[in-house]
Amino acid sequence: MMKKEEIEIRLKRFQTLIRRLRRNSLSFGASLVILAIVLIAIFAPFIAPYDPNATDASKAMLSVSRQHLMGTDIYGRDVLSRVIHGARVDLLVALVATLIALGISSFLGSLSGYAGGWLDHLLMRIIDTVMSFPSFILAMGITAALGNNLVNVVIAIAITHIPIYTRLIRGEMLHIREREYAEAARTVGNPTSRIIFYHLLPNCFPPVIVQATLAMGWAILTVAGLSFIGLGIQPPASEWGYMTAEGATYIVSGEWWIFLFPGLAIMITVLAFNMVGDALRDILDPRMRGVS
Amino acid sequence: MSAPLLHIEDLTVHFHTDEGIVEAVDGIQLLVPSGEIVGVVGESGSGKSVTALSILRLIRKPGRIIQGTILFDGRNLLDLSEEEMRPLRGSHISMIFQSPRTSLNPVLSAGWQIERLIRLHKKEKAKGAREQTVQMIRQVGIPSPERIYHEYPHQLSGGMCQRIMIAMALATNPKLLIADEPTTGLDVSIAAQILDLLQEMGRRTGATILLITHDLGVVAGYCDRVAVMHAGQVVESASVKKLFRQPLHPYTMKLIHSVPRVDVDRIMETIPGNVPGLIHPPQGCRFADRCQWVMEICRKTRPPVQTLDGDHLVACYHIGNS
Repeated sequence: MMKKEEIEIRLKRFQTLIRRLRRNSLSFGASLVILAIVLIAIFAPFIAPYDPNATDASKAMLSVSRQHLMGTDIYGRDVLSRVIHGARVDLLVALVATLIALGISSFLGSLSGYAGGWLDHLLMRIIDTVMSFPSFILAMGITAALGNNLVNVVIAIAITHIPIYTRLIRGEMLHIREREYAEAARTVGNPTSRIIFYHLLPNCFPPVIVQATLAMGWAILTVAGLSFIGLGIQPPASEWGYMTAEGATYIVSGEWWIFLFPGLAIMITVLAFNMVGDALRDILDPRMRGVS
Repeated sequence: MSAPLLHIEDLTVHFHTDEGIVEAVDGIQLLVPSGEIVGVVGESGSGKSVTALSILRLIRKPGRIIQGTILFDGRNLLDLSEEEMRPLRGSHISMIFQSPRTSLNPVLSAGWQIERLIRLHKKEKAKGAREQTVQMIRQVGIPSPERIYHEYPHQLSGGMCQRIMIAMALATNPKLLIADEPTTGLDVSIAAQILDLLQEMGRRTGATILLITHDLGVVAGYCDRVAVMHAGQVVESASVKKLFRQPLHPYTMKLIHSVPRVDVDRIMETIPGNVPGLIHPPQGCRFADRCQWVMEICRKTRPPVQTLDGDHLVACYHIGNS
């Protein structure tokens, strides 16, 4: 009996979330787009009409046609198949980097905010130092220094994102630690670590989730940006930024499809994440509700 | 009077602020006999809550306990290390707060918060803790406890939240329950229910209750003993009967007279002046400026605590003279 009630309550909560998302049709559309991109990435091999790396010199530089919906590139590879496979790299790198950054920032930020004092000062000065570099240049530098591969791109993006989340979580923690329920958690004899990470950290999360969704967009942009200038991705792997770079050479000679479709893919994905981020802020932050 | 469960002697708490040292609690004495409900009354800023937090040793910077002893069950809490103190909080000494809605963690369900506490202190297995939790929720008079277990604080009313707080505070069978203005922000009828519940639960679990309030009516209705605080000092303490029948300190008298009454036709009195600032407070009696019987000596030195009639304590020069 208890089980059934539990499920009903969970279901009701989920329905409320969906209803709020739907209220803003633009953001609901954007979340559907993200869902579609994620599905495309997961099932890429089944969706893509051709092998993304199969070259065919006789079919090089074919324009948009029924056989090749997005045309072919200089090696005769199908652009559509490459765009579909490209979603995998960009999403995965951005997601893993964001999760790593979130994990590390949750630890650093909540510790810094709760403890205060010299630890807070030390951590914040380090964060300030990292933030004082333009983030794309920093990501470039880290990737170049650590070695040109995808794992290092993940590390580079995570490092450039850590300051953002750390500061945000620290700021939240600063005022949440003064709340009555924080005091209550202390009065019942919880160990300090449990107060910070179990009782207070989850309360810092609503703005962090918004930030993370927006930052997913930036992370994708950074991955694409880095591979555009030749960092991270190893040819012939398909990745949107790298494909755009390949196609850019041929804009002047009229082969527009090679750069346009991967470029559009980047734009649509980043835009969708930004819109969902905005919508989540409206949902999670009651003060913002109804204001737009 | 049974043996004291809690005996506070000469407790002094200072807050070091940019404006100077705030003497929030200044050498107070407080006796809490086992099994009784002891009230602490006073205006806002008289040091009631600071006293409560001192007992749990949870005064945070810039506050500091300067001196004194807090004997709880024969042990001086101020001598314990933080590691020795922590297991006491929540298991031997519990506290409930003035704003029930904001004192519960908004991201954890009501029942889960109680269950966590039981598991933390009783080292209970998950299943047993769950049963005890539902049992506690039922005991504090909440219908369908299984459903409420899953509700989040924002889905509950203020009165419900306070019931949950009481259930949580008593779930570990503490010896001492500190209730810091537990009915602030609740309707009068709900407030009465909560206080009845506290009294009943105290009786049932054998917990001693330290009830902090600014409402003398509450003290008269629920407490066995009472301590009156003014500007960080306990100016008078006695059994409730004695205090209301024969208040000795001028502040207590004023306080009793400032309670509005409908049955007696008289103009409601107010106490002139304000609680003195606690940064560089007057060196003599802190009530001197508001007292109608003020004497020369009141402004010079602090009146010592006199014991009258066995357990009636009062700090006033006027008593010895009259």
